[in-house]
Amino acid sequence: MTQKALGAAYEAEELLTGCQAVSHAVRLADVDVIAAYPIRPYTEVMDTISKLIADGKFDAEYIIADSEHSQFEIAKHASAVGARSFAGSSGTGWMYAMEALAVTATDRLPVVALVGNRALDDPGAFGVEHNDALSVRDLGWLLVWAATAQEALDTTLIAYRVAEDPKVMMPCAVAMDGAFLTHSQHMVRLPSKSSVKKFLPPYSMGNRRLHPDNPISIAPQVNEDWVMEIRRQQFEAMSASEKVIKEAYQEYNGIFGTEYDNPFLECYKTEDAATVLVGMGTVVQPAKMAVDQLRAEGKKVGFARVVWFRPFPAEDLRRELASASSVGVVDRDVSFGSPDLGGVLFNDVRAALYPAKRRPTISGFIAGLGGREISIDDCVKMFAETSEYAKRGVGSVSWIGVRE
Amino acid sequence: MPAPKEARDGSDFGKIKGVHLVPEEELYTSGHRTCEGCESALTMRQFIKVAGPRTIVTGSTGCMYVANTSYMTTPWEVPWMHTQLGAAGASAIGTAAALRALQRKGKDAREKVNVIAFCGDLGGGDMGLSGISRALQTDYDLLVILYDNESAANTDIQATGLTTWGAQTTFTPTGSADRVNRASMRWKKNVAAMLAVGHPNARYVATACATFPPLDYMNKVKKALALGGPTLIHSLDPCPKGWDYHPRYSHEVGELAVRCGIFPLWELTDGVLKYNYDARKNRKPVKEYLECQGRFSHFEQSDVDFVQSKVDEMWDSWEVPGVLPVKTGAVRRPAT
Repeated sequence: MTQKALGAAYEAEELLTGCQAVSHAVRLADVDVIAAYPIRPYTEVMDTISKLIADGKFDAEYIIADSEHSQFEIAKHASAVGARSFAGSSGTGWMYAMEALAVTATDRLPVVALVGNRALDDPGAFGVEHNDALSVRDLGWLLVWAATAQEALDTTLIAYRVAEDPKVMMPCAVAMDGAFLTHSQHMVRLPSKSSVKKFLPPYSMGNRRLHPDNPISIAPQVNEDWVMEIRRQQFEAMSASEKVIKEAYQEYNGIFGTEYDNPFLECYKTEDAATVLVGMGTVVQPAKMAVDQLRAEGKKVGFARVVWFRPFPAEDLRRELASASSVGVVDRDVSFGSPDLGGVLFNDVRAALYPAKRRPTISGFIAGLGGREISIDDCVKMFAETSEYAKRGVGSVSWIGVRE
Repeated sequence: MPAPKEARDGSDFGKIKGVHLVPEEELYTSGHRTCEGCESALTMRQFIKVAGPRTIVTGSTGCMYVANTSYMTTPWEVPWMHTQLGAAGASAIGTAAALRALQRKGKDAREKVNVIAFCGDLGGGDMGLSGISRALQTDYDLLVILYDNESAANTDIQATGLTTWGAQTTFTPTGSADRVNRASMRWKKNVAAMLAVGHPNARYVATACATFPPLDYMNKVKKALALGGPTLIHSLDPCPKGWDYHPRYSHEVGELAVRCGIFPLWELTDGVLKYNYDARKNRKPVKEYLECQGRFSHFEQSDVDFVQSKVDEMWDSWEVPGVLPVKTGAVRRPAT
């Protein structure tokens, strides 16, 4: 594509995987400290960053850590000193970092991380499952799922902007489906550095910066005297993030000509839909195909993709799904022993729709675990089951494509 | 920024040559709530005296976090940040990497800022070994101080990999079936030497005791910071609460540990070993050290003899006495 067709805010267009797209976002964000540790499938982001640095296209401290725990501690401490930091992981690697992930959130340090979603061991599997990233849903991490490589790049830049906003100051995990996005190639428009500068101000810790010029103590022991107030501050920051996210996307659209109308929820033919499937990540592709197929048969169906999981778009769901009498939730995760044995997304969607004026029946589907494909036919089947349950007036949870 | 040229070989690092020349400024002040007779508090106070105000300190979870650094009563006048129990090495790397990146990229003015991460024997000697090892492989200017009071002192005195053989702790009580608790039967981990041997690029690794010989520990901190690169100091900090002796004797207990040879005092500068107390000769009997502490009150003569024999082995049989447990003279042929 010519520069003119690309638009002034862009410098090139390249065929990139989801991981590679995030690497370029890290370069464009002028990240200062990167902590790497290998695990499939996120790891290609670090391969690419190290090559960008080796080629002189990017200047950052690149540290190969001794473990995921150290990786995220390095990023956390660099962030406290005022360096924009990046790390990432997948599956059990993300779990190995869990202690560091918890304190990064409570220390209110805006580290951005890539999670290439992967099934948790045992047994070993490289394929996508969302349980890894979802494990930080209650810790004070912003959590967002990208569905295309372009979106992965855009979302990473937006993640820094939102995470570092003085009203927010929280870490942000950009999640993407292992293999289906981490390793699938898309044409990606690369913004120019100058246009990114307009969007993303320099990182500043302000009066919380750890430096001899600002000799503060960070995270001294507080016990019951102050923990509740500190949690409340995290709570308020997460609440404030919703508005910050909206503004960030609006500004991003303005500078880069993107069309992220609702940053929280991507809705496909939901306006008049009686039956709506809800899911996260790359399931959007077969789901949209299934919607088109069923619409051609005259069925009123639609799909809603939850993009930001934390903060969770409860109001948006109530608004966008107002016409639906039946809703089906596709979970690429499991939550053993959960209410009605549904997935994590299922139960959050149910909770969000409980106060709706006209409450739809809600069915849950556990699908595509460990990297198993969710096909168009699977989606057609889930639409059929969802409307079938609605006739009976109750929802249910079933597993899709499992050998029994 | 590299240290002044004359200091690069470690021969002239501005050694403090008398107690009256110790910096007067206190950067570790009132506010800490450590126990009476706490030697670890002295370890903290002295390292930051020497390092000065242009220093960033990270502190691992442990008694020097929980008792030492409470909200609104922090004793630190320098920037200080908590790090997780096993994260001293990573915290030092992250801090040093941030400073280097920001200064190189022109986001900060160029300046030498010391980076010091401290950790206890549980955090540094057990859980955090991997991260410290990684830190010692970097080329960042950073100093890891492992303050060793031979227990998890914050959680009621539990045994760690660095606790003296046979000591009573809350995890290793004496009992009617086992006078010497079986879980306490492990020889103190040789952490400083292990890390020195494994990381030949680290220009300076040393053991120390904050009070003996006088000024030795402060000069080691000074030397480590002057030499630059990744460095490590392992200090033995007697703990009245955990070791069960009267708080007034902390200095004496530390001195005894060195004089009886159970805690070897040495420094390795660019691979050159120097003993700061030569326990190859004139060692005091280990008995004197053991019998002044309640944690060994269950010992019988056979236990004392065992500890003495192990200490003697360290100094009399090891190829590098007190440091390296290799006995070239004692290599036996395999049985045929």
